[in-house]
Amino acid sequence: MKFKTLLLAGAASAMMTSGAMAIDLTIVSWGGAYSNSQNEAYHKPYMAANPDVNIINDESSAEAVAKLRAMNEAGNVTWDLVDVVASDAIRLCDEGLAQEINFDEALAPAPDGTPASEDFGDLIVSDCFIPQIVYSTTFGYRTDVEAWNGREPDDICDVFDLENFPGKRSLEKRPINNMEWALLCDGVAKDDVYDVLETEEGVQRALAKLDTIKDQTIWWSAGAETPQLLADGEVVIGSTYNGRLFSLIEEQDQPVKMLWDAQVFDLDGWIVPAGLSDERKAAVMDYLKFATDTQRLADQAKYISYGPARKSSAPLVGKHAELGIDMAPHMPTDPKNATNTFLYNYEWWADYRDDLDAKFQAWLAG
Amino acid sequence: MNTQNPASTDTGPDENPQVLTTRDGIPLKVSLARALRREKLRALALIAPLLLFVLITFAAPIADMLFRSVENGIVSETLPKTVEVLATWDPESGEIPDQAAFTALYEDLKVAVEEKTHTRLGSRLNYEASGMSSLFRKTGRRIGRMEPAEATVERFIDIDKDWGTVETWAVLKRYSPTITPGYFLNAADMQLTAEGVEMKPENERIYLYLFWRTLFLSLTITFSCLLLGYPVAFLLAALPARSANLLMILVLLPFWTSLLVRTSAWKVLLQQQGVINDFLVWTGLVSDAGRLVMINNQTGTIIAMTHILLPFMILPLYSVMKTISPSYVRAAKSLGATDWTAFWRGYFPQTVPGIGAGAILVFILAIGYYITPELVGGTDGIFISNRIAYHISTSLNWGLAAALGVILLLAVMLLFYVYDKIVGIDNVKLG
Repeated sequence: MKFKTLLLAGAASAMMTSGAMAIDLTIVSWGGAYSNSQNEAYHKPYMAANPDVNIINDESSAEAVAKLRAMNEAGNVTWDLVDVVASDAIRLCDEGLAQEINFDEALAPAPDGTPASEDFGDLIVSDCFIPQIVYSTTFGYRTDVEAWNGREPDDICDVFDLENFPGKRSLEKRPINNMEWALLCDGVAKDDVYDVLETEEGVQRALAKLDTIKDQTIWWSAGAETPQLLADGEVVIGSTYNGRLFSLIEEQDQPVKMLWDAQVFDLDGWIVPAGLSDERKAAVMDYLKFATDTQRLADQAKYISYGPARKSSAPLVGKHAELGIDMAPHMPTDPKNATNTFLYNYEWWADYRDDLDAKFQAWLAG
Repeated sequence: MNTQNPASTDTGPDENPQVLTTRDGIPLKVSLARALRREKLRALALIAPLLLFVLITFAAPIADMLFRSVENGIVSETLPKTVEVLATWDPESGEIPDQAAFTALYEDLKVAVEEKTHTRLGSRLNYEASGMSSLFRKTGRRIGRMEPAEATVERFIDIDKDWGTVETWAVLKRYSPTITPGYFLNAADMQLTAEGVEMKPENERIYLYLFWRTLFLSLTITFSCLLLGYPVAFLLAALPARSANLLMILVLLPFWTSLLVRTSAWKVLLQQQGVINDFLVWTGLVSDAGRLVMINNQTGTIIAMTHILLPFMILPLYSVMKTISPSYVRAAKSLGATDWTAFWRGYFPQTVPGIGAGAILVFILAIGYYITPELVGGTDGIFISNRIAYHISTSLNWGLAAALGVILLLAVMLLFYVYDKIVGIDNVKLG
């Protein structure tokens, strides 16, 4: 009898210790093909090397900022690592909802010993944000539009040219990117765009340019809309993220081509929520060191056509995991695609976003 | 009940024979009232857990969220000394505040930077004046390395020239009270300026228009639900049970299908390269170049939402119609009424409670609808709720979202009141 109790107690304590050893990491990302690429390139190898870690995927990145704020107010942060775009990371950092990172201490150096902060270089746009990929917002167009008589757009301003390129367009339902493109095509030099946009006349000028295509435009709010609209033939040209267009063209084999002209670069990466316990923080930092090293970032590009954020990862980008095609020519950062690019100004938009959004929405509704 | 049969009530000679008492001498009225009170308390005790649950998990969070529409403690909490100094400063003077204000600002920001609250204040003030966000971020970066002696007017203006403008300080002063009307003014397309409250510039007005459109579209949707739902409910109530059940399943089937699936199905049907347009082109009713635009605009919102909300109209109508005896219409006809008169004067008035219930249900659901207008509404078919969602999840301006929510809530309550006055809420029947 006594022996049996002892045995039971032993078994119970063994279960408890193994329970304490297993660590759950809740990692928040965008879902779909993007989460899948992270799962293959980061989560699976990490869990194979650390059997005591269990990664839980949460697909809430689209509402991450609002949810993190709510969790923080409630004093119960349940997320360990969150994938957000750079502008959201800046706001989370501003609000004190994300932890500041010491890049050289927390992240692995490049294989040749270059410290992480140098390897990421200019892409470190906030103290809280570890960049992962460079993506771009750019246009795709259908190649079978009869009314175009064999012409193909090769200039961003062809989007505004209804005479040579008639048909419906799709643009994102927000001022960011659209205002910049409108000004570029209204004759403003690339370096002056934000100076012009800061003035009331500049805003009116951009909206007037957008007015010329307003009734031929379908406005999207989710990245998946433009690929669907292009596939259905609802629009003939539309903006979206380059990775979505890649899967439309290469994986689904639709008659669509990329117009890389004036693509707008943006960053996506990790933030660590503020207010984690030391234990959880240690676990997540260990994962982070692994998931943002040179090889892991390069591996992700096997599954999705977004450019790795480390300079040292670029030469390691190989072939697509299933299609077996070279991924480098599909990267927004490939020299052939990046002949004319536009840089998104985070600081500027952080200041003027509310103001311009009000004007843009009033213009849309009017 | 401890009351007794009045016949056995003991009535003494010196007592008023009119007052009935119980056996223990307590007047019957009092005893009855006591018993009723006990009953009520018992009932209250029984529902207390539910009541508390609703209060804690429903009413309190809503009240808390709504309170954000006026709450503005952040300025005086982050910059307490500056706010105090600014109290004596008059923006009308046209001069920026003196050194005392800059010293106070330096001391406040020194603390704020350590606690990392200065950026939060920056994003709060940026809702009122563009550029505040980077002003505070930039100043915060420099303040850490600054000695108290360096906190001069010139040094601050050197960091950012905005510190040298009256407007920056005026905004700080204007938003220093802990309660602000700012969010409500924004929600009504107005703003607080040095001259007082005024309308925003024409090209920034959007919310009043959106409120009006939300109201108009919700009424349109309610009306079209009634138009389509009434005959269906009539048929359901009139048919024999077997075929009525089949029809009922047809009504309920879409009701049980995911909202997103139904909305996406409408996309497939209505888009320009969609099923309906393809069919119209095939029959030659419209030309290939003249395909109808039926989605990503108001038409799309009205069609999709009418379809989605239709069961909420049909079910209350059906349950009311089911209780109307067919003998009334028969009686009317036997007394010489035409089919129309028998329906309009005999049948229809009895269905009004069902119409009332259905209309209220559909209207209240419609006015707060979010996902369907977002997906099929394009630019002119979206509702105020889409802007509330935007401010909650994207712009993070929760104060403005709360103010818009309060206005929407009040508008619905007002309409409810008007409805009660005109139709009477007692005339509503869900079955």
